[in-house]
Amino acid sequence: MSQMRVTGSAFPLVDASGALLDNIDTDMIFHNRWLHITEPSQMAQHAFGNLEGYEDFTARVEPGSWVVVGRNFGAGSSRQQAVECFKALGCAGVIARSVAPIYLRNAINTALPIAQMPDLAGAIELGDELVLDFATGTVTNLRPGQVHVPTPAISRVQVEIYRAGGLLNLQ
Amino acid sequence: MSAKLGRPVAASEVIWLPQDVVTARDFGGANVIKNFLAAYGENADVFDAERIRFTFDCNAPANTAGYATNQQICRDFARLRGIRVHDVDAGIGSHLLIEQGLALPGLTAIGTDSHYNILGAVGALGQGMGDVDIAYAFRTGQVWFEVPATVRVNIDGQLGPNASAKDLTLAVVHHFGSGGLLGRAVEFYGDVVETLDLPGRITLASMATEMSAVIALIPPEASVLEWLAERAGVPTETITADPDTQYIEEVTLDLGVIEPMIAEPYSPTRVRPVSAVAGEGVRIDTGFIGSCTNGRFEDFSEGYAQLEDGSIVAGVTLKLVPATREVYGQMLSEGLIERFFQAGALIHNQGCGGCAAGQVGMTGEGEVQVSTSNRNFRGKQGAGRTYLASPATVAASVRAGRITVPEVRR
Repeated sequence: MSQMRVTGSAFPLVDASGALLDNIDTDMIFHNRWLHITEPSQMAQHAFGNLEGYEDFTARVEPGSWVVVGRNFGAGSSRQQAVECFKALGCAGVIARSVAPIYLRNAINTALPIAQMPDLAGAIELGDELVLDFATGTVTNLRPGQVHVPTPAISRVQVEIYRAGGLLNLQ
Repeated sequence: MSAKLGRPVAASEVIWLPQDVVTARDFGGANVIKNFLAAYGENADVFDAERIRFTFDCNAPANTAGYATNQQICRDFARLRGIRVHDVDAGIGSHLLIEQGLALPGLTAIGTDSHYNILGAVGALGQGMGDVDIAYAFRTGQVWFEVPATVRVNIDGQLGPNASAKDLTLAVVHHFGSGGLLGRAVEFYGDVVETLDLPGRITLASMATEMSAVIALIPPEASVLEWLAERAGVPTETITADPDTQYIEEVTLDLGVIEPMIAEPYSPTRVRPVSAVAGEGVRIDTGFIGSCTNGRFEDFSEGYAQLEDGSIVAGVTLKLVPATREVYGQMLSEGLIERFFQAGALIHNQGCGGCAAGQVGMTGEGEVQVSTSNRNFRGKQGAGRTYLASPATVAASVRAGRITVPEVRR
């Protein structure tokens, strides 16, 4: 069974002004020239490989980091690799202001912790310790001690799939 | 969803929805199988082989060893279990479901294609999903859904004499933006929508994904139903919203007389009138007509009308990719292939080429392409700059060598 509390340090993806990046699409996350890859270990090295300013993301990110992004994260293609690459890198999960529908379900199905927090702007800084608690449905930023409730709330089905360690483990 | 389950469901409720058709493409297919076999065992069977299809449309025919291997993994899996494969010669999977009468009003279909909500053009609930969902559905025939809230969109206005469904669609995408319908189901109404033919409805529904909508439903009209009934071999009925449907939002867009529109690099939402962009003298290198958005026979006819008394200007190429083998066949039998050839076009095989990178070439650094596709993200089709427009605008532009407002040709 998966850990109900997921802790890690924040790795926000921001533009030159420091604002969280919106509309990061699946080609920026995992470019279509790598779509033939089926081996998770090979997916890791291409995460954000086509995102301007973050081409070297895989070298910069520490295992256990939360990918923190803006609105409409993961818009575009249904490619599962755009989720798997973060799992393969050992990321804690994704916290976004909002997530595109297909990406959201792909993340939920593979038990990658993911939460949507529309009011995220300015609330999280690089290196902040974040805790996603599936039991309480909250995200806590330990630095200022702020507790956030994701919107929409983390659904029952997400918790159920997460506990099982993925959709394919559901009986 | 309520009709499918035989009980009323409400927004944000989580349901397990049975699927009438479950498909996997060459893109994603091998990963679906890998997930399926790992979770359920080497000899595991699928829920119903009759209701599963493989559609090889992304890299057709395979131009990398990796894709070729992935396609063969799908073929081997399918043969063993009696699943039908629409191989690299068939065309775009979502269009095949429509042509073969597998997607009908009220039916459900999922596939590893993020544009499956295109099936809303025939009143079906289509959903693009990832490898894990599809593997689960191969086994169980169902997937979970958090019932989306519905937005009713009424579109007022009419198509201008040189505009088509793509121009309407781009205007709608412009209005809502890339996250404007995030997670919503959308129903489209209004005279301008009702008068769209099936290819036009396909165009509109296909770009719901670009607004991050989950569902884009266009209730089928009599002519669409008739076409579907002929394909399915059974009578079809339209689907209508319940009279007491609760909409989270009702939006009325007054688009007036819709003129040709174009999306600038690098987002489908950066939409302006073609007339404004044309005024800036944008030179182009390549044109493309095809994709699940504009790959029907009628789309090619619309494009050719701009070329019939002329030809593609020297130094510019026009690539064509029919959506399916049926479309290619119709173009051939009606002489459109030859006429396009005489006008200077390069005609490729059916499939997703032109969107899927590399299939019909890439764009180079500095190259400017005007395309009927649905996405122009940075780097998607190469290092160049891609504009999105209607078949008529693409054809008028390759004729002139720069982005050009199409002439009135009806």
